[in-house]
Amino acid sequence: MAVTFSLPTVLARLADGQTTIQAAGGTLGDVVADIAGRFPRLAPRLRDAAGGPYPFVTYYLNDEDIRFQSGFATPVNEGDEITIVAAIAGG
Amino acid sequence: MPTTLDFPRDAATRTIPAGPRPLPQACKLCGTAYPASASATCEECLGPLEPVYPAHRPLPDAATIASRAPSLWRYREWLPFEGEPVVSLDSGFTPLVASPVLARRLGVARVWVKNDAVSHPSLSFKDRVVATGLNAAIGLGCDTVGCASTGNLANAVAAQAARAGIPAWIFIPHDLEVGKVIGTAVYGSRLVRVRGNYDDVNRLCSQAADRYGWGLVNINLRGYYGEGSKTMAFEIAEQLGWRLPTAVVAPMAGGSLLTKLEKGFREFAGAGLVSGAAPRLYGAQAAGCSPIVNLVERGGDTIDPVVPATIARSIAIGNPADGRFAASAIRGSGGWAAAVSDDALIAGIRLLAESTGVFAETAGGTTVAAALALAASGRFNPDDEVVLCITGNGLKTVEALQGSLPDAPLIAPRIRELEALHGRDV
Repeated sequence: MAVTFSLPTVLARLADGQTTIQAAGGTLGDVVADIAGRFPRLAPRLRDAAGGPYPFVTYYLNDEDIRFQSGFATPVNEGDEITIVAAIAGG
Repeated sequence: MPTTLDFPRDAATRTIPAGPRPLPQACKLCGTAYPASASATCEECLGPLEPVYPAHRPLPDAATIASRAPSLWRYREWLPFEGEPVVSLDSGFTPLVASPVLARRLGVARVWVKNDAVSHPSLSFKDRVVATGLNAAIGLGCDTVGCASTGNLANAVAAQAARAGIPAWIFIPHDLEVGKVIGTAVYGSRLVRVRGNYDDVNRLCSQAADRYGWGLVNINLRGYYGEGSKTMAFEIAEQLGWRLPTAVVAPMAGGSLLTKLEKGFREFAGAGLVSGAAPRLYGAQAAGCSPIVNLVERGGDTIDPVVPATIARSIAIGNPADGRFAASAIRGSGGWAAAVSDDALIAGIRLLAESTGVFAETAGGTTVAAALALAASGRFNPDDEVVLCITGNGLKTVEALQGSLPDAPLIAPRIRELEALHGRDV
């Protein structure tokens, strides 16, 4: 499945300045692995040593927090949009 | 109701003074250092940034602080700037109100209410954090400010940005209480209602700050903004006569306030300004959104996010950024946390009003109800001196009380009708 992966500026410098990356995979974890393989410096920012997301990072698949789904095992569909956002402050 | 409003015509033409210089920052997790900037995220580990204070800066003594104007800036050496603030100079220094009735209800020696329900200018503790956030925005050259908000922050940013003459974009969930929407729109900011809950709004704002370079006080200026919360701890200590209470109960949304209370008490103790041991910290949440209470109860260091379902919208954050730090501060202090039902928090609002003369919003009711729950479970001692942090005004969330108060009797302007009522009540 081809999806769009959006990075915050703070990470884009590790992906040749790109804030939007086209990637592929059957699950979110596959997509992250695809991007990690293409941008090795970005890889350790996308997932921790155990291969999961960091606690201060929230992955959204379209508009849904993946922690309310199946985490990196969540299936993705053609045209999905994945967004990474740093943790959420009070308001 | 319109979703956007034009700016005041003269806003763009006002002269904004040069701001103070914000301090450099460092990552709270990995320690990586950064120069001052409108960024709140570590490039190495994506952890949160916080200001770094000069290690040997001169600090004032109690008499010097007491001689200064009654605002949060009397503690400016503990706020993240070099140089003088230029806007929001008169926020802070709210009353600390003794409540003997609540002390009896909690079975403790004394209770005080830290009453930020009367904070200037927008009737919530968010005036504190916006005061520092706005000065940081000006100091960093941001030409537009804003926030993602559950209501109180929206009011505070809108009011203080209007006074400073800085354009503001303010984002709120679509279903906020009317008082908080009107209490933002009236200041002429660009107010945007977003379909979704606060976590959805915050996600959008994170992307907006990234794209437009705005100074969104609780997003990319969060390190500077959060330090303003420490002033609540400083004021409590000073108003108690330069000593510390034994316990503090505060509401938790993103969790920052709890961590900053701990930091504030610690900094004053480290400066030799106060006597007494560090207080035990207790956190309060509504049961319909209690991810931090859940973490305190189960241990560990990872928040499990929840989808909020409570009338306490000002603290309805399902994915709290500082949740793990708040839980750590609570456990490290020897305190605990409690979640209360919506019915209990409404009863808490009424109890605070009837016992102490303070009308709090839903977060305040949550704090009072949690204090009662903590007392019932034996968390307080008979000799405890407890401070309840009331962070917002009840006039903003009157919907919460609809149907829970007795209807006022309607009478003709005749004395016999009053006598009938009086006799009946007696």
